[in-house]
This record gives sequence, C-alpha cells and structure tokens, in this order.
Amino acid sequence: MSILGEAIDLVLSADAELGGIVGLSLRVSLTATLIASILAIPLGAALAVWNFRFRQVLIVISTSLMALPPVVVGLMIYLLLSRAGPLGSYGILFTPMAMIIAQSVLIFPIVLALTREAILPINRDYKNLLDALNVTPVQRLKTLIWDARFAIVTALLAGFGRALAEVGAVIIVGGNIAGFTRVMTTTIALETSKGNLQLALALGIILLSIAFAINILIHWISSFGRKYQVTR
Amino acid sequence: MRFMLTFCLLTLSSMVQAEDKFITIASTTSTQNSGLYDYLLPQFTADTGIGVRVVAVGTGQAIKIAKNGDADVLLVHHRPSEDAFVENGYGIERRDVMYNDFVIVGPKGKASFESLENALTTFASTEDYAFVSRGDDSGTHKRERELWATFNLSPQGKWYREIGAGMGAALNMSASIDAYTMSDRGTWLSFGNKGQLGIIIQGDDILFNPYGIILVNPEKHPHVKISMARQFSDWIVSDKAQSIIGAFSVNGMQLFCPNANPEDNINVVCPSSIPRTD
Repeated sequence: MSILGEAIDLVLSADAELGGIVGLSLRVSLTATLIASILAIPLGAALAVWNFRFRQVLIVISTSLMALPPVVVGLMIYLLLSRAGPLGSYGILFTPMAMIIAQSVLIFPIVLALTREAILPINRDYKNLLDALNVTPVQRLKTLIWDARFAIVTALLAGFGRALAEVGAVIIVGGNIAGFTRVMTTTIALETSKGNLQLALALGIILLSIAFAINILIHWISSFGRKYQVTR
Repeated sequence: MRFMLTFCLLTLSSMVQAEDKFITIASTTSTQNSGLYDYLLPQFTADTGIGVRVVAVGTGQAIKIAKNGDADVLLVHHRPSEDAFVENGYGIERRDVMYNDFVIVGPKGKASFESLENALTTFASTEDYAFVSRGDDSGTHKRERELWATFNLSPQGKWYREIGAGMGAALNMSASIDAYTMSDRGTWLSFGNKGQLGIIIQGDDILFNPYGIILVNPEKHPHVKISMARQFSDWIVSDKAQSIIGAFSVNGMQLFCPNANPEDNINVVCPSSIPRTD
C-alpha cells in the first residue's frame, strides 16, 4: 500500500520530462490510429459489402492478425528500416516516425476486423435500398460508414488503446532514447529494470487513467449511439 | 477525409524534420541504468552543440545494431567481442574509456564463501543455491559464462536459471527468490530494489569490467557521421570528460573509474574495491 501511496505522490508531482513522455505517447499512438483508420475503415467496409475472390481468406487473415505480437511487428519494421534493410537509406529507425509505422501496422488488423463487424448488420438493412437507388460504390461505402460511425469509433478506440499500451514494438524500433523516443510504456519497462518500482507504478497509474478515460468515452459514445438509433 | 489526410501528412512531415546535428550511440544498459549518460552527455552537447541519442541494449544487441550501421558509435563492455568487431572491419579506433568491476550479489547472511572459485563451485555442486543468469548474450552474460569456464564448471540444472533479460530484471528476480547473480557494480549501486540482496563476492582480478568506445567504420557504412562520432570519441577520452566520469557517483559511491589515459593525473582516486589490472 505504501508503494501505491508513493506512486500517487509521484504522479501528482509530475515534472516537465514526464509531461514530454506522456505527450509523445499520445502523439505517436494517435497518429498511428489515424493512419491505420484511414486505410482500414474503407477496406473493412469493402470486406463487409462485396463478395470477391479470396474474401474469406482476407477475413481470416485479418482476424488472426489481431493477435499479432507487438514484438514481431517491431522486428519486422526494424528489419525494414535498419540501414541494412530495404528502407534503410531514409534513416528513420530510432525515430518517432518508426514508432508510428510500427503501431499503425499493429492496429490496422484490429480496426479492419472491427469495422467489418460494425458494417455487416447495417449492410444487411440497407442493401436493397442502396441497390434500388443505384448508388456508386464510393457513395455506398460512405453511407454505410456514416451509419456505423458509433461502432467504428469503438473500433478506433480499441486500436488506440492497443497502440498506447504496447511496449514490444516501440522499444525495438524507437530505441527508448531519452527525450526523443521514450514513451510511457518504455519508461515503465526502464524504471522497472532499474528497480524503481514506485516510479514505474506511478507511470502505470497514468497509463491506466488514460485507458480509463478512453473506456468512459467508448461507453458514452455507444450509449449515445443506441439512444440516437432508437429515436431515429 | 481530405482534412484527415492533410492532417496526417502534416503530422508526419513535422516529425521528419528533427534536429540534424546528432549522433546515435549503441550502448549497454549498465551505463544507461546507472544514470551516467544523463550526467555526462549534456556536458558534451553543451561543449559541441551535438546531440547524443543513446540506444541502450545488451552488448550483443548493441554490436548487431552497429554492424547494421544503425548507430555511429559503439560503447560496450566485452573486450573479445569489441576486438572481433574491429578485426572484421565493422569498427575503427577502439579506445579504453573507463572500468569498474563485476560483483556477485545474493541474499545477505545466507552463506559466506572464501573466494569466487569457492562460491561458484559450491553453486554448481550442491544445487542448494539458485543462480540467476542473464542468458541474453549481453557483455555481462558473456563474462559470466567465461567465469564458469575459468573454473572448469558447466552450470546446468534447476538451480541455474537463464532468464533472457536485462541486469535489472535479473536483480529483481534474485531479490524476490533469494538467488545469487552477477552484476556490474554500476547497475548494482544504482539499483533501487535491493531487498535482502548484498554483495557476496568482490575484488577478484578476473571480475575486471572495462568499457571501450569504437567508431562504426565509414567504409562499411558511408552514411555514419564519422566526424561528429570522432569528436565524441576525442571528447570522452579528454581530461575533462574523464574527470566527469570519475566524479560521477550514486549515493556517495563512485561507479566508474576513467582509464583512457592511465599516465595522466586527473585527480581521480579509484576505490580500492575496484581492482585495477591494466
């Protein structure tokens, strides 16, 4: 219990360095969520709407990739971005950019699979109507995505939570460089390895608070969405 | 959608244009965890305007990072690996920087041993004492394997636990299961969760732990920032930096002893518990 008390004191006396670490965590994970969603939402919707060759294969692959270990993603991106790798000449290994790329890859399958799940029932309801209106494919996706927006926001928050909480990928491709690529999870790992368990726990409390805030947001949005759909 | 794309590109481009005047050092967790870099590197940046980014991993992984050309400078502690790195053409201009020593830590008051050889032989023959091995190909792990070999012991069995993790994890585990482990003195002194652990064996000559700096060979990797890297190497062996290293302490204990220029008198007295065999 005393460890928890000291940890809370440390959170309350948070300094500028800690602020920078929390800020970088949010910046990297938010950007990764944005990139992943721009690609995964339309693709997830397309997987729900159209039947094409290899669709089942793609669906199985994308849902299995939700279990992709962050360390494996980190290794793949490391090998790609290393000077000895194919994209080495850009020199982006050990930068926040490399961390964004790794987290985008990590959460892409999550957003993809959850978006598809969200669009499926709405597509069943709207399919005949949209067919009758003879809309273009882009209009069809736009309509469905807009109508599934509450469920899709949940998918985004799930992806964001995963990105924010992972340590395996960012520590490999970011290198945990002080003041440059050090984020909350890598700081927790570092402080634990230094035996500073209070500080590590304090950082864990901050991370948990952010996760808590995200979950309140998910809860609020989904209950708002349900109300909206009943009164529609 | 267009707004999101624009925002995304803006965020990305703002991240690409970071400061250009920096070098990347692949180094060991022992130097980072002790806090030495936080103490030393700002002085280098103040002197030269060059930023330093430290990627702290085990010596084995640090050498791989340097071999791939993902760092400009290597600062590690395993002489045979360092010499192999230079001999194979990956690195140039190896220099001594500093040293300290390894210690065997374990639960205080459980048992006492006359010597390092006695301790290791007892561990290996009785199986009554758990020993935590790093098992991660780090400099400390390689040295630990060499110790067993020195006394013709081959550690194996349930008492010998290879955990494949860093020094801090090994110390955390030893503290929680009353096991013995080998640590570099720097990490040990600055470690915050000692619990019942204390130093059991120290001062044997073969526990000497020297650190060296090597520049990544620009002929292998033309993109490395050789002139800034050389500036750093010159700086860290300068009297000024060597004095700073000697003055660095945690809880009043000196962690590293500078030895770039053994003949120079830079007013650093190394504690007698750190054996000096150079």
